[in-house]
Amino acid sequence: MSGQAAISIGALSAGFGRTTAIRGVTLDVPPRSVTAIIGPSGCGKSTLLRCLNRMHELGEGAWASGSVRIGGADVYAPGEDPVELRRRVGMVFQRPNPFPTLSIFDNVAAGPRLTGRRADLETVVEGSLRRAALWDEVKDRLRASALALSGGQQQRLCIARALAVDPQVLLMDEPASALDPIATARIEELLHELRADLTVVVVTHSMQQAARISDQTAFLYMGELVEYAPTQALFTNPRVRRTEDYITGKFG
Amino acid sequence: MSLQHTDREYEADLRQLREKLLLMGGQVEEMIRDAVRSMLERDERLAAQVAERDKLVNRGEVEVDELCLRILALRQPTASDLRFVTFALKAVTDVERIGDLAVNITDRVAELSREPPLPLPPELPRMAEAVQRMLRQALDAFVRGDADAAAEVLRQDQGVDDLYREAFQRALGLMRSNPDAVPSATGQLFVAKHLERLADHVTNVAEMVIFMARGTDVRHPGSRTP
Repeated sequence: MSGQAAISIGALSAGFGRTTAIRGVTLDVPPRSVTAIIGPSGCGKSTLLRCLNRMHELGEGAWASGSVRIGGADVYAPGEDPVELRRRVGMVFQRPNPFPTLSIFDNVAAGPRLTGRRADLETVVEGSLRRAALWDEVKDRLRASALALSGGQQQRLCIARALAVDPQVLLMDEPASALDPIATARIEELLHELRADLTVVVVTHSMQQAARISDQTAFLYMGELVEYAPTQALFTNPRVRRTEDYITGKFG
Repeated sequence: MSLQHTDREYEADLRQLREKLLLMGGQVEEMIRDAVRSMLERDERLAAQVAERDKLVNRGEVEVDELCLRILALRQPTASDLRFVTFALKAVTDVERIGDLAVNITDRVAELSREPPLPLPPELPRMAEAVQRMLRQALDAFVRGDADAAAEVLRQDQGVDDLYREAFQRALGLMRSNPDAVPSATGQLFVAKHLERLADHVTNVAEMVIFMARGTDVRHPGSRTP
């Protein structure tokens, strides 16, 4: 499977100082699909996500071992540029974090400008806003401050910003947990569309959300990958007892 | 015993659903037994009691449906809970039909009692016995979540079908040789048909127990989407 995988994680362990957050995680993420990572707080799911674009190593005392291959290339290989990596592997966070002093347009244009793409900026910005299902709501006020948008719109703006540099992979860390149900539904609907040409990995606390949006689900518990399966199988007939207990709400 | 749900109210809802289903199972089990006995003993009073008990089963079906919908809407069950609730929602229909068929058997009691006694085909009590045993085993398999025991029930359905065919041939022979026996033999034929259908409904329940326990659908092999 690793031959076709968009992301191939091999025996990945990571932590901070003496603390191990994830240990020996091996999993392949197929391209053009949505993969959900679920598990209780502190199970290591955010750490796992942040290892994929090497954001984890920005933390104090952070370490990681094992391998992560994205599009076949080892992201931890010597000489791999983390900044270039993060262009290919975009990230959206729990709280919408648009650049507060920039306009809607400039938020989306920021990435392309940084990577030296200045020519067809307007086309890129419009395309990204359309892909993020935000264009119709903002096309008449592109120069307005990003902070004038609602929380859900800001989150879609952040998605548009990530899409503007044309990533292969989009990582999302609880992307809808700060949003109301309507804004959440918009993000979820958007994910269904994005997977047509993007590989998405979503960390979520909401098992129902994982069930709604993802093609496959990984269950992490105390830093270990307990079960990784097609989402429908995992939620109707999990193979591992601990998965069953977790998703049915049985905690010892 | 496995872990309980952290949410005790949810745990209690699931337990209640289980108990309601088992109660209905016990009720229809008795109804089959009494329906067959009322026919053998020409006991119209016992027959009337069976019809009376069917009202409880009907009420049980409505309650189980309501409880299932409530759990689905409010708890969004997953994994074995989801399989259990969908099991309940489907199996309750079969259990209710089993009650109806028991009543259908008693419907024949009055009319058979008016006819001169006809030797009962030996297949009928054997079918009745088999159906009751299958139902008991299916309910036990449900309680224990035992797919193997449920699979054992499926294997017995063929035996009931064979008995039905024998009873049918016997009744046909009787009618040919003795036209006066036609009303009684027809009544017996209906009873045999009801028993055969009863076994089919028990088989459905057993198939659903397998799904509940293993997560695999054993019905209609070959009709699965790949």
